Amino acid sequence: MIAGLAFYLFAGILIASAVMVVTSRNPVHGVLFLILAFFNAAALFLIAGAEFLAMILVIVYVGAVAVLFLFVVMMLDIDFARLREGFRRNAPLGLVIGGILLIELLLVAAAWRFAPEAAALRLQPVQPDGVTNTEALGRVLYTDYVYAFQIAGLILLVAMIGAIVLTLRDRPTAKRQDVAAQIARSGSVVTRRVPIGAGLAETGIARPPLPEAPKPKQVEHQGGGHH
Amino acid sequence: MQAYLAEYLPILIFLAIAVGLAVVIVAASLLVARQRPDTEKLSAYECGFEPFDDTRGRFDVRFYLVAILFIIFDLEVAFLFPWAVALGDIGLLGFWSMMLFLGVLTVGFVYEWKKGALEWE
Amino acid sequence: MAEVLYVAQTVVIVLLIVVPLLLGVAYLTYAERKVIGAMQLRQGPMTVGPWGLLQPLADGLKLFLKETVVPSGANRGIFILAPMVTFILALIGWAVIPFGDGLVLADINVGVLYLFAISSLGVYGIIMAGWASNSRYAFLGALRSSAQMVSYEISIGLIIISVLLTAGSLNLSAIVRAQEGLWFVIPHFPMFMLFLASMLAETNRHPFDLPEDEASLVTGYNVEYSSMAFALFFLGEYANMILMAAICSILFLGGWLAPFGFVPFTWIPGPIWFILKICAVLFIFIWARATLPRYRYDQLMRLGWKVFLPLSLLWVVVTSGVLVAFDLLPR
Repeated sequence: MIAGLAFYLFAGILIASAVMVVTSRNPVHGVLFLILAFFNAAALFLIAGAEFLAMILVIVYVGAVAVLFLFVVMMLDIDFARLREGFRRNAPLGLVIGGILLIELLLVAAAWRFAPEAAALRLQPVQPDGVTNTEALGRVLYTDYVYAFQIAGLILLVAMIGAIVLTLRDRPTAKRQDVAAQIARSGSVVTRRVPIGAGLAETGIARPPLPEAPKPKQVEHQGGGHH
Repeated sequence: MQAYLAEYLPILIFLAIAVGLAVVIVAASLLVARQRPDTEKLSAYECGFEPFDDTRGRFDVRFYLVAILFIIFDLEVAFLFPWAVALGDIGLLGFWSMMLFLGVLTVGFVYEWKKGALEWE
Repeated sequence: MAEVLYVAQTVVIVLLIVVPLLLGVAYLTYAERKVIGAMQLRQGPMTVGPWGLLQPLADGLKLFLKETVVPSGANRGIFILAPMVTFILALIGWAVIPFGDGLVLADINVGVLYLFAISSLGVYGIIMAGWASNSRYAFLGALRSSAQMVSYEISIGLIIISVLLTAGSLNLSAIVRAQEGLWFVIPHFPMFMLFLASMLAETNRHPFDLPEDEASLVTGYNVEYSSMAFALFFLGEYANMILMAAICSILFLGGWLAPFGFVPFTWIPGPIWFILKICAVLFIFIWARATLPRYRYDQLMRLGWKVFLPLSLLWVVVTSGVLVAFDLLPR
């Protein structure tokens, strides 16, 4: 009863916030609504008994993916009024593409058949003899589905390399700290005991000759201003 | 309704109380304290001069790169959680399949290290 | 009727957690000033109340009576929402913390994941504040801070994995019970040190407090905030410190367990031990602030990505390898 009510509550908020993602004028608000949608989806997962997936949804999508979205939306210097200008002109094309997608979705939905066990499996998490959700997942993911798991690893590798190839620009002027070089240099600095009152010349501390100092330019001080 | 779902109800109540507390704190201060805004007070903090333009400009692409790499490693950690819990039941195959997965990602990590994606200047 | 009673009971328990927590936050600021004062041969606050004991209340009252300034260029809604997010996130993490054996509000199966999720959301309060303020310093502070928190999030995740391998459960009470006999700080000592440092970075504390770098950013993301909106950031930040200290004591220091299982130690009840451990970790936070100079930003990022990440990943591999090879895994 309560679970049923909660389901409709969260599903309702999910759909409403998804609509707001598309319709809100400020893209930052859009991303924030997207985050709200993710939270509600996580709550739906919880109600369906998938505790682990619910938490992972929050960790990965809200904690990582949406942060990237927010970064991009907040900090890219896009004039959103300009983007909207082409709306009228491109509307027919958009409608055609949207129509094709809608027909495809309808075809998929029409051809959809439920497995005979589906009704019994619904809202019935795989939890034999008190095994937690996470453990049940762990028991099959790395052994029974080992190939899918390895493919996931390869996809992550491709994503990593792709991100670097696309975004990394080497800037030759940049200054970087080389820790190893700094540590290796320590022998070149020495401490010496110097007799009190003796000048540099007397103690024989070698000092590289200073380059000929350029004559200081005469600056007209016009009183005040700098201190 | 499953038994474990009952464990989440207190969290929901906790959330409601936390939200209420936050709203009350800010609203009460707004009501009690004297509000006398003026333009100078409301302008953004700068060192002596007026801000030239909107602050939300472009910035170093490196920050995007950090965010993308974070997503990838976060997913890796997400894959590790069920593995860490179930390692006792899945034997050597489970162990080595994760080692292979981590090995593949380590290749990526070495690549980004060598390319200097982790360098800041 | 039973439901109403249950809800009322839960509300009372929540208040029993939140009110002492907020008091704890207030007196953590006092403790911080006193400890740093002692380390610098000063006395710290002494004027308000005996030994300055009422100082945190006076500070709170002062902030309460100040005007809430919302800058004209700011995005009002998000500007007000940001400190609330920080504050709420710092509070709701406490819902799953076990204070003693069975003394936990929500004993969920995935407690560790819940806390990990909460800490990964912490970046939102800051990023929203930085953007909504529409101020250069706030924006830079938020940018730095989010990149920093995100970087250390990964090593925290990997460190948690090492602990999970030896505990064999995501439930926080089960993790504490797995430490009966041997606290995880002993087998996982290097990870304990990494966790302490990552904790400092995750909560934006010294020596990793780049986001609020007074010298270059005039306190960073919260520069435009005043009054209770500022206070919420402050409360959230300190409540987060206490939460991190609690997580640290659960993962490594045996939560509510007494250090030795025999008589003089077992007389003291579990929650007292837990609070003592939290205080010890918090002392490390303050100690670090009094002792260590601030990191430079490139050094901070290098430490996170090039030192902590490989080390904690290596430790996961080593731990799991040893556990599998010697058949020591928890069932």
